Amino acid sequence: MIKGVKGETKDARIARFLVGGPPLLFLLVFFVAPSLIMILTSFRFPGEFGGLAPITAPEDMTIGEYGITSEAYQFFFSDVLYAKIFLKSFLMASATTLICLVMAYPLAMLIARSEKRFRNLMVLLVVLPFASNFLIRIYAWMIILGPESGLSHFINAVLGIFGIAPITLLFSPFAVLVGMVYVHLPFMVLPLYTNLEKHDPSLLNAAQDLGANAWQRFWRVTWPLSLPGVFSGSALVFIPVLGMFAVPEILGGTGDILIGNLIKDQFLGTRDWPFGSVLSIMLTLAVLSIAGLATWFSRFATRQGTV
Amino acid sequence: MALLEIRNVTRRFSNYTAVDNVSISVKAGEFFTLLGPSGCGKTTLLRMIAGFDLPDSGQILLDGNDMVGTPPEKRPVHTVFQTYALFPHMTVADNIAFPLKMAGKATQEIKTRVGEALESVRLPSFGNRFPHELSGGQKQRVAFARGLVNRPRLLLLDEPLGALDAKLREEMQIELINLQKELGVTFVFVTHAQDEALALSHRIAVMNHGIVEQIDEPSRIYSFPRNRFVADFIGKISMMSAQVVEAAPSHLKLDVKELGEVTAVGKAGVKTGDTGVMAIRPEQVRISHLSDEPRLKNHFPGKVHDFLYVGDVTTYIVELSNGAYIEALLPNSAPGRAKFFEVGDQVGVSWRHDAGIFLND
Repeated sequence: MIKGVKGETKDARIARFLVGGPPLLFLLVFFVAPSLIMILTSFRFPGEFGGLAPITAPEDMTIGEYGITSEAYQFFFSDVLYAKIFLKSFLMASATTLICLVMAYPLAMLIARSEKRFRNLMVLLVVLPFASNFLIRIYAWMIILGPESGLSHFINAVLGIFGIAPITLLFSPFAVLVGMVYVHLPFMVLPLYTNLEKHDPSLLNAAQDLGANAWQRFWRVTWPLSLPGVFSGSALVFIPVLGMFAVPEILGGTGDILIGNLIKDQFLGTRDWPFGSVLSIMLTLAVLSIAGLATWFSRFATRQGTV
Repeated sequence: MALLEIRNVTRRFSNYTAVDNVSISVKAGEFFTLLGPSGCGKTTLLRMIAGFDLPDSGQILLDGNDMVGTPPEKRPVHTVFQTYALFPHMTVADNIAFPLKMAGKATQEIKTRVGEALESVRLPSFGNRFPHELSGGQKQRVAFARGLVNRPRLLLLDEPLGALDAKLREEMQIELINLQKELGVTFVFVTHAQDEALALSHRIAVMNHGIVEQIDEPSRIYSFPRNRFVADFIGKISMMSAQVVEAAPSHLKLDVKELGEVTAVGKAGVKTGDTGVMAIRPEQVRISHLSDEPRLKNHFPGKVHDFLYVGDVTTYIVELSNGAYIEALLPNSAPGRAKFFEVGDQVGVSWRHDAGIFLND
């Protein structure tokens, strides 16, 4: 992690540890250690009333199981239901990422190309929703998408014209998607804006001068140069959406649970900590492999260009 | 017919006129330079030729067709930008192929022409490199190749050598001249460096405050500047207040303040009684020990006030009896000596009767 830098003085080395040490320690204590605990937990039996069963049998142990086991893993792989929920979560995360990207790109471009004095104000407006509580904002969507809302009435009125039966917007995968996109949009806008703002405008002039029309200028110059921003924005949206449980819980129906809800249930509902740990580990592995793939692809794409 | 015809072009911005009723015509195959200090309007004019800006009035004709309604991507005009503007995510070959791809050329033709272009800028093995792997001079060459590969009718060059160090700059100047000669493409070159303009161009338009002060061949611009701005901007020149006492077609007799009568080269439109300056280039001024020279026309005593040694030549600043200063340039033909005269030496300065020029106020 920390590599020795050639020709570094002793003071500089100490300074580097003083600066880099605390965050490193923080990650060790609050990320590496919990992950290890989670791995250990996944190989235990659940306790009778939540928690974990003891490893060695106590004197008065009559029911339940104890010791080390891979039962939780077997359970995970024995039922296709869990794979389905994983798949559904990945689809939800992909759809959210894609919609965020499509919505955020023009916005980020608009901000990056507007006058400098307006840019900070526009960025402020993008992050302004963070000033109010996350749950309140999600509950607000309950009202907007609810059966008595103007939006619902309008949509059903339009559908009625074509003779289509009224629909409910709330408690559906659609409502979950809307909530997910709404919550994560700023996380896509900001990295894209940071990237696009750095683009050298003379490159677009050069492209135009050399015969590229507006579409070619975007596709051949702006888009490939923005790929690092696209990748970091996508990671910032995709990964949190995978683990999100609040939005599906509030806006989704009973059938719309995602991995996040499943994990939450294992710890707070069914109280099966080992199985919850297995689900968490699977999620972490999936996210890490996607992040790894994305990094590799982003390096590949930014180096090769797309031409 | 001229290839590029700029007719009475004016471009105003909110608080000033960047280009003021400029008319220029550039012949096919010419290396034409727009020269002037920053803010003189040369870049605005270039942007209008490329199509990135439009004139408020006037016409820009290419091959006789008015270009005003044509967007930059449709003009057969390419630009080499000051910052090169190479696409950082593309290889050198892809950069050079860009204009060919935009023009919809066939893959095989693109490949051949990119190869030829790399050959012509002497970078045959650099096709697979990325711009960030190149030196400044190499980037410059790639930018030239990219601008030239699709054989534009006109190549615009916006101070392309500005970012290079002096040595490399001289090399690139020679390459640029050869490239232009080889390919026969018409160049319109923008620069504020007068030495570069003199070295490269077939003709130069000297611009100042949005107007064209003079259009001429380099040697004529240098030797016969039309006015004080051109004289001062191009090269070094000494100027002294003068009044015309006799105006003949072949020569002028000038009364230079407190120096006496000086003969200068004749100039159309100058009348007896006109006031202005007598101007003389340092290399036209001869300098000698006072006693050496017989008294001739245009021969004046003075003393060495200061000198500037730059290796090949030394410039002596001579204070004349009237208190005016005149510069004299002497090549250092004696090895090991930085100067022929010491500060304070009494010297005589003189010049040919046709070396001095008169410039109206």
